[in-house]
Amino acid sequence: MRLKYVLNEVLVGLWRNVTMTVAMIITMAVSLTMLGASVLLYLQVDQMKNYYYGEIEVSIFLRSDVTDAQRQAIDQAISSDPLVSNKTYETREEAFNRFKELWQDSPDFVKSIGPNSLPESFRVKLKDPEKYKAFADKIQGMQGIQDVIDQRALLEKVFKIFNAIQVIALIVAIVMALAALLLVGNTIQVAAYSKRREVAVMKLVGASNWFIQSPFVLEAVVAGLIGAILGFVALFGFKIIVFDQRLQALTNILTPIHNSNVWLMLPLLAAVGAAVSAVTAWVTLRFYLKV
Amino acid sequence: MIQLENVTKTYPKASRPSLDNVSVGIEKGEFVFFIGPSGSGKSTMIKLLLHEVQPTSGKVVVNAKDVTTLRSWKIPHFRRSIGCVFQDFRLLPNRTAYENVAFALEVIGKTQAVARRVVPEVLELVGLGGKEHRYPHELSGGEQQRVAVARAFVNRPLILLADEPTGNLDPDTSIEIMRLLDRINRTGTTVVMVTHDSNIVNQMRRRVIEIESGRIVRDQARGVYG
Repeated sequence: MRLKYVLNEVLVGLWRNVTMTVAMIITMAVSLTMLGASVLLYLQVDQMKNYYYGEIEVSIFLRSDVTDAQRQAIDQAISSDPLVSNKTYETREEAFNRFKELWQDSPDFVKSIGPNSLPESFRVKLKDPEKYKAFADKIQGMQGIQDVIDQRALLEKVFKIFNAIQVIALIVAIVMALAALLLVGNTIQVAAYSKRREVAVMKLVGASNWFIQSPFVLEAVVAGLIGAILGFVALFGFKIIVFDQRLQALTNILTPIHNSNVWLMLPLLAAVGAAVSAVTAWVTLRFYLKV
Repeated sequence: MIQLENVTKTYPKASRPSLDNVSVGIEKGEFVFFIGPSGSGKSTMIKLLLHEVQPTSGKVVVNAKDVTTLRSWKIPHFRRSIGCVFQDFRLLPNRTAYENVAFALEVIGKTQAVARRVVPEVLELVGLGGKEHRYPHELSGGEQQRVAVARAFVNRPLILLADEPTGNLDPDTSIEIMRLLDRINRTGTTVVMVTHDSNIVNQMRRRVIEIESGRIVRDQARGVYG
């Protein structure tokens, strides 16, 4: 009976003030979408780091006028270096073939580059990619080397951009969450005001605080949960439309976003949405009803 | 049953205390009138007993419980032993007489089965048999107050507080309400009533405590309005 009473109060409460309820749900949904996006991005960057850092190489490009003796000395220096885990050598022809393959869709571009315009190189994998500096310092000064390039530095620039996007999403999520908080507080106040007679009588006859507050708190929690579900749907839709369809090519580079990760957002968003709503409603009632 | 010891209540920003070092004791089963002009501190007395306000100093003991040290989460349970009736009835307009009384039971966790058994009984007791399904606006003032009394009494409280229960009623209706309160008093319930109604006080001849400017100026068994 009490359950029925409470559920009925919740539905009536949400409906009585339906515009406010909708506003509350939408803000909550946007905030939670942003939170979900931010968390997904964080997971994604983490995953990409694991993936790419394993693949990272240091490229040592040789000058076009390098002599055999110089090449041999460099080869020797790399092989004997304890920091190196393995190395490959790429001739000009191999470099050009790889280049042709990579740009096979743009034959004009390939034609403009002759087979001799690409440098030969050593590709070195370090045991610990963090030790790049120590390795580069040793090798840099040798004769016949044009350039030593660490892929890690390039990747880090990319990751910095991702991190910035993630932080922005998080900030938007927090700002929207603040708006959602105020709306929840306001909605609960209006609900409590419209039921002030009932509340006064309840206090008078000694209804427990739990009993007086739970319909209001549940009202906010239900709205928070609806917001969370909407946010999750938005996140999933965005993932399917943007990453799986429009930007599919990009996802191949970025490592794919797993659906399991996106599903993980549902309980997360639901928990955050419900908890934030419940706490806000409860605090509002403590001040407003003074039970 | 009710014990006030050196109770002083000063509201914030008030120049003088509403109750000034008041001590009074009320035994179980007594019927007590608090009289005095407006602003004398009568209503503060009721609020103190209900734990709606806290005394500035002194001790309030109700039902052998020291209200001043009562933890806030225990207040709801404490209030279940006190029934309350007010001048403005405080009924829920969108509920029938039956539902108004049943509401008081539901919200303290009683089942509907209990309500179905107890509510008709108490409505019969207050003389509203047959009018259970009327809404407050379909009832006269006296009848509405009877619903309020039924609601206050349905939980069989040890104490009934009545804050000017006849303030909005004509003299004949007032006397009917007083008969009802008297009947409730005879079941062993302690009744504390705040009033300005001299007729009623003079007719009932019960203990009268007169308050003026926050002090007790008279405490008389079988008293009159004065």
